[in-house]
Amino acid sequence: MDLISFVIALVAFALVAPFLGGLIKGADRIITARIQDRVGPPLLQPFYDVQKLWAKQSKPVNDFIGFYVLMSLIFAILAGAFFFAGGNFLMVVFVLTLSALFFVLAAFSARSPYADAGASREIIQVAAYEPLVILMAVAFYLASHSFNISVSATLEKPLICEIPLIFLALLFVLTIKLRKSPFDLSVATEAHQELVKGAITEFSGRTLALYEVMEWYESVLFLGWVGLFFVFSAGWSWFLALGCVIVVYFLEIMIDNNFARVKWQAMFKWSWLVTLVLGFINLFALYWI
Amino acid sequence: MSSTSKSPWVIHYDASSCNGCDIEVLAALTPLYDVERFGIVNTGNPKHADIFLVTGSVNDRCRPVIQQIYDQMLEPKVVVAVGACACTGGVFRDCYNIEGGADSAIPVDVYAPGCAVRPETIIDAVVQGLGILEQKRAALKAAKKAKR
Ligand code: SF4
Repeated sequence: MDLISFVIALVAFALVAPFLGGLIKGADRIITARIQDRVGPPLLQPFYDVQKLWAKQSKPVNDFIGFYVLMSLIFAILAGAFFFAGGNFLMVVFVLTLSALFFVLAAFSARSPYADAGASREIIQVAAYEPLVILMAVAFYLASHSFNISVSATLEKPLICEIPLIFLALLFVLTIKLRKSPFDLSVATEAHQELVKGAITEFSGRTLALYEVMEWYESVLFLGWVGLFFVFSAGWSWFLALGCVIVVYFLEIMIDNNFARVKWQAMFKWSWLVTLVLGFINLFALYWI
Repeated sequence: MSSTSKSPWVIHYDASSCNGCDIEVLAALTPLYDVERFGIVNTGNPKHADIFLVTGSVNDRCRPVIQQIYDQMLEPKVVVAVGACACTGGVFRDCYNIEGGADSAIPVDVYAPGCAVRPETIIDAVVQGLGILEQKRAALKAAKKAKR
């Protein structure tokens, strides 16, 4: 990957992903409403929300919170650009972790009890999903003999045939990454009584708008990870990947609506259990068979 | 109409209501009334909210709480007094501990009467509040420009 193609990918991702992400969020809210027998908001509602937040009075709780959230957003965009430019998967993982770090810093910087609780939970969430992400990188290497994502388009058969158990574990962890119920511990949309808004309690106005946009970028990136498992040398595999991504996201919405939030202990235990059992079985199988 | 009035997020506070009006506020979120159609979300966080729904009359204990929630909300913001108690003090008006309606603590923009208030009235009041929200947004924008 040379510099010019990376810059092109960066600009393209930075411009296109928020549209996709916002539409995904809008569709998510409509489908959720239909599941609950409601009509739901318009498809473009997430864009209205962000536009409104942008126009609000600016009253940050301290001088740093806006900077931290902005950094978190920028690193999320960088990670996405590395991924969709076909760059190194490890690079994507590291940059994304930096983004998560800045988000936690932003939450902690407010020094309010609810934001603190949310930030600690966010750290636990990172600790819960990160092992699988690293295992996924290892498995990707063992299956394709490269850390470069661009090689997936030259594979003879898609990754899902080589590392299906890793894919299942990723599905499990995806719920944590997308901050959806039952693992919406750090930024709960439905936990007013318990946590107000968790990590984003003290975000307001433009800071909150930046956070929302970061979520859009993140969801596009994570769905890209899902698609990665289905892409191989055949041209039609891109459509296969797109179809699978849609199915997976629909599944996520169903899970979101059908499960109550669990305690963080349970999340931690389950995600490590799933990661270790499924991940290692798959790695050993790859190595020796 | 700008995005401000397409995405009014509300926060709901029960001053010293009998809970009748609170249940009606929550009823507005149920599938039957489904206020999310208008982009209305119940946030539970003053820093994220645009519209403040107060139910119940104000007493000495809850006045500072109402004022604090109001102060934590960012401009443009609108206050809706929901129910007879929040409008005037209602049936509790003459109690020894009651100071009056929500407007005895903070400036109120829209009054939604009824004991208990009907969900339709709440939705109407919020929609009326949207107009005021728009005006305040325009004023805020003009003030910002004038500063520059
Ligand atoms: S207006 Fe009526 S229903 Fe509402 S809080 Fe007062 S007494 Fe209760």
